[in-house]
Amino acid sequence: MATKHIISIGDFDRKEIDHLLDHAAQIDKKKYDDNALRGKILAVLFFEPSTRTRMSFESAMARLGGTSLSVGSVEACSMAKGETLADTIRVVSGYADAIVIRHPKEGAARLAGEFATVPVINAGDGAGQHPSQTLLDLYTIRQTMPIDGIEIALIGDLRYGRTAHSLASALSLYNVRLHTISPKGLELPATLAASLAKKGMEIIEHDNIKDVIDSVDVLYVTRIQRERFPDSASYFNVASSYRITPEILTNAKKHLIVLHPLPRVDEIDARLDESPHARYFEQSRNGVPVRMAMLMQVLQ
Amino acid sequence: MMTESEENEGLLVRRIKNGTVIDHIDGGEALNVVKILGITGTTQEALSIATNVPSRNMGRKDIVKLTNRELSKEEVDRIALISPRATINIIRNFKVCEKKGVEIPIQIEGLVRCPNPGCISNTNEPIRSRFRVLPEGLHCCYCDWVITRDITGHII
Ligand SMILES: [Zn+2]
Repeated sequence: MATKHIISIGDFDRKEIDHLLDHAAQIDKKKYDDNALRGKILAVLFFEPSTRTRMSFESAMARLGGTSLSVGSVEACSMAKGETLADTIRVVSGYADAIVIRHPKEGAARLAGEFATVPVINAGDGAGQHPSQTLLDLYTIRQTMPIDGIEIALIGDLRYGRTAHSLASALSLYNVRLHTISPKGLELPATLAASLAKKGMEIIEHDNIKDVIDSVDVLYVTRIQRERFPDSASYFNVASSYRITPEILTNAKKHLIVLHPLPRVDEIDARLDESPHARYFEQSRNGVPVRMAMLMQVLQ
Repeated sequence: MMTESEENEGLLVRRIKNGTVIDHIDGGEALNVVKILGITGTTQEALSIATNVPSRNMGRKDIVKLTNRELSKEEVDRIALISPRATINIIRNFKVCEKKGVEIPIQIEGLVRCPNPGCISNTNEPIRSRFRVLPEGLHCCYCDWVITRDITGHII
């Protein structure tokens, strides 16, 4: 049998996603064997720092009774010095039962999967894929409402924001209406929009969040990075008009949930944190059961 | 009786004894066909090219003749990326031994470079570039970048 990798959310069909999220929900209810991965070793190979993602995978592994060999970004880079990623992966395959990789180059996880003799899980490759993030985003939506039939707004940098791209792609497997709000020049890439439309997704662009906030079920906020703008004045100008405040949500649907892949900077007003709409911390917490389900899928 | 194409060829390029004649190339694409086949000034084959030959069906077409080289299926199908109507004639002892069309390949390896500078296929890793051929263009199997036009401009 071919080795089971988790490289891109695009490799999943709807049934596979639903199955994995169902499993995560069972895990969330503490219905799992905490020795399920006893004796298994996970190599956590991060070529760039991402403390949260790393800790979340290590926590997931520990809760299932397994062990992590964690290699931080500095060690990973010195280990790989002068060596190809292909060689590093072949070597590490001999030390562990599965590999979690984060790498600055797009497609690095796909390459790792081609050279590994054990399963590979992609924990983010450059501007490319980050499937565990997408799965936990979907999971968080599903905790509150069925995904089919929702209206979701993506706001922020939709051009470079990979979490928004892969979430949108995954949602195209469901019956979802997508609203987008982004600064000029940071719109959803045309090729992506076209491929989503081809899959039957309705996409509606808006200039202002106020035009749509009262009718959506999910608001997915992504960061707008300063380096995308020529000067700080134009950045602050845009950033302030994209800031989510309790006032903006005054007439929102009661069950609206606000998500953010974190870390946030100024995109969401801290006053929103106590509101029942705010689900971003829960979303981050959901990373553990979702990653537990992913680890069990590749290791069992 | 000579066919239209043979008549034209007779005027422009000599018949070959052994090799491949690529006919019905879209007008103006002959040089790109040569490029896609990896033929450069340093390769050994005798090569003749006729461009903008009048054609009843195509208006104008290009023809490429390659002496003493029979193209493989993989090479032939690459031509489909830029000239899907091309036909391939394998010539042995002045006779057409095999005549075939080109089929658009599902995947191409090692032919074009991914335009994305952040793509792992543009590093020193021991891999060849790999693209899936989709209606909208060539899709990088590593980084998902899509080349929508000017495929020949990306040939390695
Ligand atoms: Zn690429």
